[in-house]
Amino acid sequence: MISASLSMLPAAIINGFMYGAIYALVALGLTLIYGVLHIINFAHGAMLMLALYAAFFLFDLFNIDPYFSILIVTPCAFIFGYLIYRYGIGSLAKGKDQNILLITLGLSIIIENGALFFFSGDQQTVNLTYGFEAFDLGFMYLSYPKVISFFAALLMCAILWAAMSLTDLGRAIRAVAKERQGARLVGINVEHIFAVTFGIGIACLGAAGCMMLPIFYVDPYTGNIFVLVAFTIVVLGGMGSVVGALVGGFIIGITESVGGLLLGESLGQIGISLIFILILIFRPTGLFGSKV
Amino acid sequence: MSNLRRHLSFLVLGAIGLVVLPYFITSRFYIDVLTLIFFTAYLGQSWNILGGYAGQFSFGGVMFFGTGAYVSSILLTTFGFPPIFGIFLAILGGAFLGLIVGYMSFRSGLKGSYFALITLAFAELLRVLANSVEFTGGGVGLFLTYAPGLSNLQFETPVGFYYFALVLMFISIAIVYWLEGSRFGAQLVAIRENEDAAEALGIDTLRCKIYAIMIMGAMGGAAGTFYSQKYLYLDPPIAYSIHLSVEMLLVTIVGGMGTIFGPLVGAFVLHTVNEVARHFIDTPGLSLIVYGLILIIIIGYLPNGLIGAFKKKEKKSGSNSLDKKRSREES
Amino acid sequence: MLRVNNLTKKFGGLVAVSSVDLEVNEKEIVSLIGPNGAGKTTLFAMVAGFLKADEGEINFENASIVGMKPHQICQRGMVRTFQITQPFAGLTTLQNIMVGAYSNTAQTNSARKKAEEVAEVVGMTSLLSQGADGLTVAGRKRLELARALATDPKLLLLDEVMAGLNPAEIDEIVKVIKGIRDRGVTIFLIEHVMKAVMNLSDRTYVLNDGKLIASGTPSSVAENPQVIEAYLGHGAAEAMAEGA
Repeated sequence: MISASLSMLPAAIINGFMYGAIYALVALGLTLIYGVLHIINFAHGAMLMLALYAAFFLFDLFNIDPYFSILIVTPCAFIFGYLIYRYGIGSLAKGKDQNILLITLGLSIIIENGALFFFSGDQQTVNLTYGFEAFDLGFMYLSYPKVISFFAALLMCAILWAAMSLTDLGRAIRAVAKERQGARLVGINVEHIFAVTFGIGIACLGAAGCMMLPIFYVDPYTGNIFVLVAFTIVVLGGMGSVVGALVGGFIIGITESVGGLLLGESLGQIGISLIFILILIFRPTGLFGSKV
Repeated sequence: MSNLRRHLSFLVLGAIGLVVLPYFITSRFYIDVLTLIFFTAYLGQSWNILGGYAGQFSFGGVMFFGTGAYVSSILLTTFGFPPIFGIFLAILGGAFLGLIVGYMSFRSGLKGSYFALITLAFAELLRVLANSVEFTGGGVGLFLTYAPGLSNLQFETPVGFYYFALVLMFISIAIVYWLEGSRFGAQLVAIRENEDAAEALGIDTLRCKIYAIMIMGAMGGAAGTFYSQKYLYLDPPIAYSIHLSVEMLLVTIVGGMGTIFGPLVGAFVLHTVNEVARHFIDTPGLSLIVYGLILIIIIGYLPNGLIGAFKKKEKKSGSNSLDKKRSREES
Repeated sequence: MLRVNNLTKKFGGLVAVSSVDLEVNEKEIVSLIGPNGAGKTTLFAMVAGFLKADEGEINFENASIVGMKPHQICQRGMVRTFQITQPFAGLTTLQNIMVGAYSNTAQTNSARKKAEEVAEVVGMTSLLSQGADGLTVAGRKRLELARALATDPKLLLLDEVMAGLNPAEIDEIVKVIKGIRDRGVTIFLIEHVMKAVMNLSDRTYVLNDGKLIASGTPSSVAENPQVIEAYLGHGAAEAMAEGA
């Protein structure tokens, strides 16, 4: 039995690696929001679920390929995030750390149950025409969508990285993240940057949702699953660290996959909460984070 | 506390009213709703002790409920151990879990959002474990036999559970009433307001926080037994998913954190909202959407909950003369 | 009563406190002065258990308290106040002081009585039912003092208790502090207000850049050229001597 499991280990690792890229994208949004706004966005999972639904309906109603939907959903997600922050979270939070967590909790409840109310609790998947075609690697098959999603996610992360390092906006965001008051003094519209950053974080979810749909499923509770995954990656990589989100994403993806292989489908899920607890207790700054 | 004395007669009347209510309301539906309200208020009160008074917000309160439920249920199904005694082991189990979680979390200095999230992770960890292990029944869950009787803590009519829940609720109020007038309560509040200052003034903040979470755990454990004996079925999602954790904190925040009656008020309000929403549109999810909205509105505009808002109003209108009288007496 | 040897604290490359030796004897009022950033509050924080020392010994009543948590040190009889006041904002003045009183008694009534006594000593009786968040700066400083006093300390560490007070308030609080010493409490204070330092202290230590540069009676320390330089800058002592 064990030898059979071990022989599938390389496949599990590759699989986990593939998912890891998308996880990284999700975590990137979260860590960006935390690093700049110091907000822990509990609604992150719920918003990913909305993105998944958006991609689903675009496919179901208009036959738009989810990968093409990225171009539609991502900007919409950005606008959604921007507005939610500007006219919602930003004004309600009033600074207290715990309040913001509760507000985003409330938001996630509204979104999750809104989805339940409007879309019903049924699980939805998409069947792409090329969905069953795969690359034959010898020891495993790698489905086309998985590969496409992997590269799309990597591309997205790279674009984001480039934008943060090379553009004026990226510099402004990094300035606000490092020193809020100083940025204000230099003339940066900090409130606007906050909203933009939140928007970018949600835009990551928009893209990630489109990439996830072909290789996963969606129902109103999908968000819940991803909340802890996203938080674990961010805590593992270090709150606010972009590199950390990437590395963490891959580590968690592989852990999840290998855990499922070695421990079975049920117990395999234990890896994530275990990692989260251990990191917070023994190394709360994560792998790449700065002192909290 | 002086407020309490002022309203004491009103409260005693209310309590008596609740006790005799089943003689006047025979509708099973309303008895059930009230039972649920008391149950939620009881759980909310457990959250209130750690969250409202000590200022440590837990997002994983369900884990004490689930663990307690499993303890008494497994003892019943495997060993025939009567729940009337099993409930005390459930209480112990909940307290023990609180000790472990509290020690690990608080010893590492986790506060605020990090503490909230780690409690969430602990609950999730327990859910996965419960799902994967045989003696909990795994994903299939535990089925309890219907056998009404006091030793089984099962009752033939809903009224029996009504009183069970009412007793739990009264106990929870008594606990918090004691807390408010005690040194321990003052220490918890000091920790909430300013942990460094509390530490400087001789309060062992680690120990106090652990005691608080142990009380929360003990109370949650009893709630678990109540639930499993009423609904006769338990599985990992029921025992450990986030829904109950949220409800606990929601009723307390809406009613008023750090107040004796906050959880009860909150439970009444939210369950009423739930029933009204269901009356108009019976699609799942609607009432929870409203709950989420209420949470956001309360945090944003009424952070001290409904009781807090009421107190503020009272302060503005009537109490001026009272304060003047008191200061005149003192000088 | 309090003896500190070779106390050192580094933050990364910065040496905040460097090999400081000092002692405070029973019934004394000892002050710690020095320019801003000299390391005074860091030293206090180490003595009171809020910061871990890198090197050195801290002995209170002939027992080492290194590594003890602040509440344990408070139980032993040493209590500190904070430079930036830390009131329990949601509570009344009385409730604030009671928290301190509770460190010695579990009975609510005893704690209340103690708190009322202490409020009397500090002059806050009329403010007892007021919310702590509504107090003036002077009120908050007094509250800080009252809370600490309610723990029945043997040694009181006061961190700039006079910062932000006007001259009249300073005179008031100097009287109060003297009264506290008369009741048998030893006092170790950080202060910038020189008038108060001169008036109150039996002895003074001067810290600059983490190092102890002078100690002795306040008047002798005031004439110490190194001390003058520390406050007024390099060459100031000579300039003053020449001018005089």
